[in-house]
Amino acid sequence: MVRGRGGTAVTAGTTWNDLVSAALLGAERRTPPGGSPAALLDLAATAAVRRRAGLRPAAAAARPEPAPRDTRPALPAAAARRLALLLTGRAEGGGGRRGSAPDLAELLPQWLAAANARGYRAPAAQLPALLDAARSRTDLRAETLAFAGPRALWLARLNPEWKFALRGAAGHPGPEPQDADAVRRLWDEGLFAERVALLTAIRRRDPAKARELLSGTWSSERAEDRLMFLDSLRQGLSAGDEPLLEQALTDRSRTVRATAAELLSALPGSALAARMSVRARACVSLDRTGPHTPHPGPQLVVEAPYECDNGMQRDGVVPKPPSGRGERSWWLSQVVEAAPLADWSRQLGGRSPAEIVALPVADDWQADLHAAWARAAVRQRDAEWARALIGKPSIPMAEGPGDPARLLTVLRPGDRAAWAAEFIAAHGLSEAFRILGTCAVPWSEPLVRAVVDALEIARDAGSYPWSFSGVMGLAERCLDPAQADRLTPLATLPDEPEGGAPGAGEYWAEAFQRLVATLRMRAAMLDELAGGG
Amino acid sequence: MTGQGVVRWTAEQVLALAPDAASRKAGGKLAAPGPWSEAAAADGALWGLCKGSGSKPYQTVVDIEGPGYQCSCPSRKFPCKHALGLLLLWAADEGTVGAATREPPEWAGQWLAGRRARGRRPGGDGAERKQPADPVAARRRAERRAQRIAAGATELEQRLADLLRGGIASADQAGYARWDEMAARMVDAQAPGLAARIRELSAIPGTGAGWPARLLEECALLHLLNQGYLGLDRLPGPLAATVRSHVGLTTDAATLLDGEGIRDGWLVLGQRDTDEGRLAVRRIWLLGQRRGRLALLLSFGAAGRAPELTLPVGSVLDAELAYYPAARPLRATLGERHTPPVPGGVPAGVRVGEALAAYGAALCDDPWLDGWPTVLRGVTPIPDGEFWQIADQEGDAALPLVPGARTSRWRLAAISGGGPVTVFGECGHRGFTPHTVWSEGEAVPL
Repeated sequence: MVRGRGGTAVTAGTTWNDLVSAALLGAERRTPPGGSPAALLDLAATAAVRRRAGLRPAAAAARPEPAPRDTRPALPAAAARRLALLLTGRAEGGGGRRGSAPDLAELLPQWLAAANARGYRAPAAQLPALLDAARSRTDLRAETLAFAGPRALWLARLNPEWKFALRGAAGHPGPEPQDADAVRRLWDEGLFAERVALLTAIRRRDPAKARELLSGTWSSERAEDRLMFLDSLRQGLSAGDEPLLEQALTDRSRTVRATAAELLSALPGSALAARMSVRARACVSLDRTGPHTPHPGPQLVVEAPYECDNGMQRDGVVPKPPSGRGERSWWLSQVVEAAPLADWSRQLGGRSPAEIVALPVADDWQADLHAAWARAAVRQRDAEWARALIGKPSIPMAEGPGDPARLLTVLRPGDRAAWAAEFIAAHGLSEAFRILGTCAVPWSEPLVRAVVDALEIARDAGSYPWSFSGVMGLAERCLDPAQADRLTPLATLPDEPEGGAPGAGEYWAEAFQRLVATLRMRAAMLDELAGGG
Repeated sequence: MTGQGVVRWTAEQVLALAPDAASRKAGGKLAAPGPWSEAAAADGALWGLCKGSGSKPYQTVVDIEGPGYQCSCPSRKFPCKHALGLLLLWAADEGTVGAATREPPEWAGQWLAGRRARGRRPGGDGAERKQPADPVAARRRAERRAQRIAAGATELEQRLADLLRGGIASADQAGYARWDEMAARMVDAQAPGLAARIRELSAIPGTGAGWPARLLEECALLHLLNQGYLGLDRLPGPLAATVRSHVGLTTDAATLLDGEGIRDGWLVLGQRDTDEGRLAVRRIWLLGQRRGRLALLLSFGAAGRAPELTLPVGSVLDAELAYYPAARPLRATLGERHTPPVPGGVPAGVRVGEALAAYGAALCDDPWLDGWPTVLRGVTPIPDGEFWQIADQEGDAALPLVPGARTSRWRLAAISGGGPVTVFGECGHRGFTPHTVWSEGEAVPL
């Protein structure tokens, strides 16, 4: 605190403390210095002014270590102003999806990604706002912390509210993997989150070393920690991980066993996959005599397992089905899902995935079998099987074997966009949201056309635009900003269609205005980051 | 004069004009080229057409000096979101609101010409030039008011004496009611300065260690003010003026400007808004580049309006200023502005010890000062839980930071990065309140 100078003497024999005591006690109980309340106030006023006028500096506490230098180039001035605006929009909360102006909070992730791609340094004045943003939105965390850079970590060490930044894998480098002692120390003594971050970081650079670290302490870890650590093996999963995973198949924890089994089944060469393949092939066989009517030719015959034996359970098959599901169909699904897809061609006469999927299946087993294959295709990232199973985009979604949005993630970006465009052309937008979410940004030309056509059809049908707000929001973020001019005509007020919802046209115009405005703002943002703003 | 040389404001400066959070947000959304057409800037003014939901776009004009706004939209907010959006767009993007190539359109030109003909200059901080009133009636009114304030001050003296008779030990149990009532009586007595001091005093009991000492200090200074007012005739002129202004008697800004103004290049050190009851108060601190004099401009916004006057922090304004009379003149009113603001440099600044000495010297003239505007140079903020300090680069001299907005503190720490910075703020008996920091030569409001 600031210190008073010259002791505390007020007048000869009277100190400031005497005055405070007298004031606390009251003149009714004891005559105060000076003889009256007014005299006491006179003395106190003199003392107060004297104290304030004679203040001396306080003793400085330990100064913080200087922050490390951030050598990245500073933002162009226009981009820095834009960032300040985007962060202001964030602080004042999202405003829903109404009105014709862009939602600034939704643009922040793009802005950050673009700024990071160009390698800019964050303005120091915005670091607190950036750290707050990263704190409240975990989806933004990695990009925000990368942008905020070393000075943000320096700042986070001073403020417990930002401690999360020190644990995040993105911003915090942690020890170098070569520094074996430091790694070992953090692994043995670190907080759980630090250990997960360490394991993930090392896994990214040296999978074997991460595995070594993990197997060293495996038996002494808590069950929920084992589960998280096991999860880190998803990245860069390889045959080398099999022994550890096999060991985890006998784990005390059911969820750890299930995760280990799932990971092993994603390794087509693993012993577990081979065991599952044997089980699966015992259940599905080709009947060459085929059905005589209505389609003569070979068909698949399914003989689901009659029991879930110990071996199956050890390999991760869950014996108890969810309610409403038959035991045998439940076991069959799990076995087929975990069996390597590549083995089916051999088993079924060298047929391609498309040919296998086209085979009729006896006794209503088709839905179960195809759904299990679809999950296997996603798990094993098998594009050929995924393409065979996802089927034609023109058929209604409910009839497909699996979740098309998940199957799409296995396809190449070009195939994804083409499938999504056809799907939207056939079904409109009501189920398009998740499908669109899998497509690469910016959207391809055919996809843009399909989405815009579908929006126009929906508008002309006379309904309100709010049912399509999810797709509109995606379009704002995913359309190429260069499309703005093309969309401008849609932002004018349309004629009210016959029987349409009252005033819907105005809302549609507003929604399109917002789309166009957002695209223009994104174009401006990118331009500013390029230094052209 | 063209748009050249006019400092483009930062987004934060523009947003400070917004009357409320909703307007800030709405304005931010309009800061995109999309809805705007024919937007241009010239001669310290901006204009543009903003597409709304109707068929006819809104016509928005902003006079950057002042600033003043005009918009054809029906909003009762002032400035409206269109004016804010246009200012933001101008602040952000040279491409969209560039220098005008033609004369302003008629709707903008007319308003601007009218505004400038009326004279935007004298009383630029919102003070209206009053019509000459009947001087006899005015004097009679002033005498009546002086009597009412004197009666109020006498009653307040009685109340303070009563408090000290009974002892302040029980003041934290007594509650606010009797202080609130007393403050209300001072408002009735037309002494808003006394009312404000009573309200601050009533908040002290029971707040942290040492509150009895703080309460005694504030009671004593209030007593000193009462006595000063009751003995006004016997005080030297400048000190009497200081007492009058603390009690809440204001001087008409227009009459000040009739006298001699002080022309200088005024560096805008800082700007801070506070919400005082139903009134938004904006303080703008200036430093004369040639004579080194400090000045404080006050601007008020009532009933949901933001104060009108705004000056870009860090810029220099060639203008005339007239000081309100006081023993230690600080508050001033803005007179004629000779050019629009241009970018300014980093002020020189003093060390911690010199800052406290300057505050002490100011107290000799005005014992009721809570703080004195100060530029500190080469200081490092030291974050330490609740208790922050700002310390000289060398030696062990430091000032405590007055607890305040979380954002400004952390922004200060982020800009310093543990190294020395130049900071403007107020240095007072409670410590230092930072308002502006210079980062790589640029002023950043905190």
